[in-house]
Amino acid sequence: MNFLGIGTLSWITFLPILGMIAVLLLPKENRNAIRWTALAITFLQLVAAAFIFFNFNRGLAGINTVEGMQFVEKVSWINIKGVPWFGKIYVEYFLGVDGLSVPMVLLTALISFVAVIASWNIEKAFKGYMVMLLLLDTGMMGVFVSLDFFLFYVFWEVMLLPMYFLIGIWGGPRREYAAIKFFLYTLLGSVLMLLAIIALYFSVTIPDPTTGEKIYTFNMLAMMNPANFEPGSLLAGTSTYWRYLAYIALFIGFAIKVPVFPFHTWLPDAHVEAPTAISVILAGVLLKMGTYGLLRIGYPMFPDAANHYSWALAVLAFINIVYGALCAMAQKDFKKLIAYSSVSHMGVVLLGMSAMNTQGMLGAVFQMFNHGTITAMLFLIVGVIYDRAHTRDLDAFGGLAITMPKYTGIMTVAFFAALGLPGLSGFISEAFSFLGAFQTHRYITIASTLGIVLTAAYMLWTLQRVFLGQPNEKWAGLPDINGRELAALVPLAIITLWLGVYPSTMLDIMTTSVNHLVEFVKQGGAAVAMLPK
Amino acid sequence: MSPETIIQLSVVILLLPLLGFTLLIFFNKRLPRQGDWLETGILFLALALSLVVFAVKMVSYRHETFQATFTWVNFGNVPGFGPMKLELGIMVDNLVAIMLVVVNVVSALVHLFSIGYMHGDVRYGRYFAYLGIFTFSMLGIVITNNFWMMYVFWELVGLSSYLLIGHWFEKKSASDAAKKAFVVNRVGDIGMFTGIMILFATFHTFTFSTIFESMQSGNIPLGSEAWLTAAGILIFCGAIGKSAQFPLHVWLPDAMEGPTPVSALIHAATMVAAGVYLIARAFPMMTADALMFIAYIGAITAFISATIAIAQNDIKKVLAYSTVSQLGYMVMGLGVGAYTAGFFHLVTHAMFKAGLFLGSGSVIHAMHHALHHAGDHHTDPQDIRNMGGLRSKMPITFWTFLIYTLAISGIPFTSGFLSKDEILAGTLAFGSLTGHKIIPIIGFFVAGLTAFYMFRLVIVVFFGEHNDHHRIEAVRESPKTMTIPLMVFAALSFFAFYSPNPFGAASGWFFDAIHRPESVVPLAVAAVGIETFEEALHHSHSLAMILSLTVAGLGILIAFTTYYWKKISADAVADKLKPLHTFFLNKWYFDEFYEWMFVGGTKGLARAYAWFDNRIIDGIVNGVGSWTKAITLGTRQNWEEGSIASIFYLGITGVISLYVGWIAGAAMMPFGASLGTMVGYGMLGLAVAGLTFFLFYVGVGGFDNSIVDGLVNATAYLAGFLGLLTRRVQTGKVQTYLAFVILGVMVFFLWFR
Repeated sequence: MNFLGIGTLSWITFLPILGMIAVLLLPKENRNAIRWTALAITFLQLVAAAFIFFNFNRGLAGINTVEGMQFVEKVSWINIKGVPWFGKIYVEYFLGVDGLSVPMVLLTALISFVAVIASWNIEKAFKGYMVMLLLLDTGMMGVFVSLDFFLFYVFWEVMLLPMYFLIGIWGGPRREYAAIKFFLYTLLGSVLMLLAIIALYFSVTIPDPTTGEKIYTFNMLAMMNPANFEPGSLLAGTSTYWRYLAYIALFIGFAIKVPVFPFHTWLPDAHVEAPTAISVILAGVLLKMGTYGLLRIGYPMFPDAANHYSWALAVLAFINIVYGALCAMAQKDFKKLIAYSSVSHMGVVLLGMSAMNTQGMLGAVFQMFNHGTITAMLFLIVGVIYDRAHTRDLDAFGGLAITMPKYTGIMTVAFFAALGLPGLSGFISEAFSFLGAFQTHRYITIASTLGIVLTAAYMLWTLQRVFLGQPNEKWAGLPDINGRELAALVPLAIITLWLGVYPSTMLDIMTTSVNHLVEFVKQGGAAVAMLPK
Repeated sequence: MSPETIIQLSVVILLLPLLGFTLLIFFNKRLPRQGDWLETGILFLALALSLVVFAVKMVSYRHETFQATFTWVNFGNVPGFGPMKLELGIMVDNLVAIMLVVVNVVSALVHLFSIGYMHGDVRYGRYFAYLGIFTFSMLGIVITNNFWMMYVFWELVGLSSYLLIGHWFEKKSASDAAKKAFVVNRVGDIGMFTGIMILFATFHTFTFSTIFESMQSGNIPLGSEAWLTAAGILIFCGAIGKSAQFPLHVWLPDAMEGPTPVSALIHAATMVAAGVYLIARAFPMMTADALMFIAYIGAITAFISATIAIAQNDIKKVLAYSTVSQLGYMVMGLGVGAYTAGFFHLVTHAMFKAGLFLGSGSVIHAMHHALHHAGDHHTDPQDIRNMGGLRSKMPITFWTFLIYTLAISGIPFTSGFLSKDEILAGTLAFGSLTGHKIIPIIGFFVAGLTAFYMFRLVIVVFFGEHNDHHRIEAVRESPKTMTIPLMVFAALSFFAFYSPNPFGAASGWFFDAIHRPESVVPLAVAAVGIETFEEALHHSHSLAMILSLTVAGLGILIAFTTYYWKKISADAVADKLKPLHTFFLNKWYFDEFYEWMFVGGTKGLARAYAWFDNRIIDGIVNGVGSWTKAITLGTRQNWEEGSIASIFYLGITGVISLYVGWIAGAAMMPFGASLGTMVGYGMLGLAVAGLTFFLFYVGVGGFDNSIVDGLVNATAYLAGFLGLLTRRVQTGKVQTYLAFVILGVMVFFLWFR
């Protein structure tokens, strides 16, 4: 799996950095060279992701064993001896993928590629923009492939910076407010996550690979093994106060990214101000990091707390679903409406996760992927109309179905996918999430089905206001969607349709890992309980 | 023909219309005549194939059920369960064989009719494409062997219904109606989905036969009979939505905004009957309570909509409410246990109601052209008060319309008589077995009402003289593509197609092919058994026939006296019963109530939540931001701003300062101090409080600027660094801050380690 002596996962992660350097070397007047370089790089990344997808062994589970991880790269990275208090600091460059991360890797590559197409005609500081976009790409990809907590955190923070500038420089009128809000909010999450990381670091020891003495580690897989927790350390034992506290800190850190009510208000602002491609990335990939983090880190490291708080997660999921849908309904700004719909749809992921069983978790992971593609389409669609009319006021349009028929066609696919129409991918992940959650949290799930009606209501109402009715004289000359915009939208639409009819293409990647995770979380709590307090 | 061939043919039948849709949606502009011939041809081919399947099934395999399944999703080795697979598939039993023919007959004829009716439409090709995807979805509902695919196609017919109701989306009323149809249906659908969730949680499969077998062996959903009944009722919720049963019936009359052939196909004959089909499919798992619920919902629906139908003046509205009423009949029939009769009524009703709608389409089409010809653009071509005397102008439409009306009124020698009579006999049997006599009473009353309002329609539209000759001068009979379907449907409304005996269906092939399935629920909660029911049915047959003929005759007689001979003035009656008439005319105010309660309520709630989100949640977020700022810059600035929040903030900082002072004073005070010492420490506490408040007032940054700067350089440098740190929070360079946090936290944990 090596190419030029470097592993596939390193390639897929650092390709954008190569692209970034190439773009930096290009003269800023040569927009074509810049955009084609970026496109080529993201395309190569997509090819690499497809390579991983097709060469992935669907029988291996991963999650907590390095043997089950695939495309593994593991080398010593930081190795400092004799640090006061710490003793030896040992950090590994540890990459690997399993059934949870492969869909996310594929999604990241796909969305980055689409984002470059959507950024084709950025006016302001084009070169800087592409540099930031590619840096962001590396950060995102890194989060999904790293298995060392230190490395994970580094990528997590790397992603923050370009995002801040992309919103703050290339955004709309209130971009500075939105960027700072996004940054501070996410940073708050990072700090909480850091607390948990440090607490974990000083609780988990493994034998040094060379000398065999006990050393602290950032290895995520080691942190999942209850036997590695030093007796008497802060997070040793099971169902302790400190473990719950650490889980909550980790949860809030991830919840801000998802975003879970009440930490969601950065999202509408960031989305409304961000340029189209950045909204696409934000909703398509960044939100998934929260739920991915919970599944990759929160659940297997704290199975006791995850089980203990699963009802709370279900309640939060319910709030996200219904509250998000109602807030979406009241919006007058097209983009803000889609942003709130993300809050609602990510609630479905949370609901599936709270199920603690195969259908629910499978639904959740699949919903992460599907929400990525569907919401990306929705934001692209808003972008198309905003580019032409320079307004996003829902009441300013009407009758676009007549003036822009092709645009309306692709919009119909995206809207119906978002409202969970069978035959399109969103339905399957939603239905599985609900089916799973019902077995665990009966009444909360029944209550959450209300979201299905509300989503249909606000989606169709939006569709009616913007696309149906008599054509508005003011927009009579609006040109229909062009080839470049279609090139960004059509692949996503095809994926949505394909996965709606034959979801096994993606589900087969996940099932083994998800089943293992479910089993692990179920048993993990028990295994931890057997250890002396 | 082997069973495999039957399955393969059924799959071909299912996929043909989808092929038509795919071709037409992309290429309709490039095909000659926008591809109407293609889609219509495909449908007639599907019809021919379904007739073959039907014939072979009836002749060679009358008592067999064929199933074919495939693994759609493999859940792998599910923890706590073992290997789990999601099997989907199709089945062909008698129910399916009959429904395939019904759907394809109606669909093919509606396609043919549409060629004439939709001629020159702006989106002609797309219209046919949508008809294609509708037919595909409807066939999918029919042919599936599991609840999952049922739900999938259930929603897909909802989509095609949405697209077709909104075909003329330029009209606000059309797009409103489309949206309403979809959303109201979704309300029923979440009930159905919840029912499916209950079943899946217990049986881990969606296949009908597997679920029923497991249930028969004593497995009941979630281990309680209450959940079993709930599952039945929730599944039925899907039917409440799709078949427009009370209280979700409100979308169907509005759906008439779609083109009339669409109303015939989707909103009269096939899609709305899907609910009835669903009940028939899920029938074995229905408990006595669930069936009772179903029967009552059906009866209430039949009654409410019949009363509304008598007061309407729009030809399509009358037919729409009549459809709702007849659907109520079928649901009631299944609910009381008259399984075969309920399903039989679905089939016969599909034929004559499709005919009625196409007939009304023919009338509207003619009226539209005549009004256009007369240069009249104000008269509503659908209002029956503008019609009259069309009998001689449109003879084929008139005669066929009359036949359908006879059928729906339940007059002997028609198919409607056979099926309606069976349902009514069933309600009588039900009444005598359970004591719920109100059900048969409603049944017969509605039968009378139906005969009355349908003959009212026929008389007002076709008989008498028109009050304005000029207006309908140009009314002409419709073209062949439209009249041929009318004649076929009229033929299919005769008894001979279903039974050799015009006065009883029991001897016909239909009753031989369709039998009520055995219940699989525990005996304690099951409805009365088939034998007991048949026995009671046998006794009520002649009474039912006499009564139904009497009420139908009475209804027709009153209609003729009122509207033909004009012995009774309809206006005078309406005037005398003004409140009641207004109540019926306004459809019992359901729409107004729902608009106020649910639409208004939801929108209000949405606004309230959006406000809450923007002001309270985000207010707190921004508040935290500005308070952090206040700590660094001091309350001085807030005080100058003079806002409520800043005064509040000042108050809080005051309290905090006092508290800090108190803690400081109390902590430092030695145990058992004298009064003098106490006062001394009290003063010290006050001083600390004052200093704290001063710090709050000038802020950490202010402290840095005004106080520390004046001190020695080294201290100033350190404080300057602090100030830099805190002030830069707002400029985005938070990494420094983060570094400090990390450092602090590390020290903290090392301490606790």
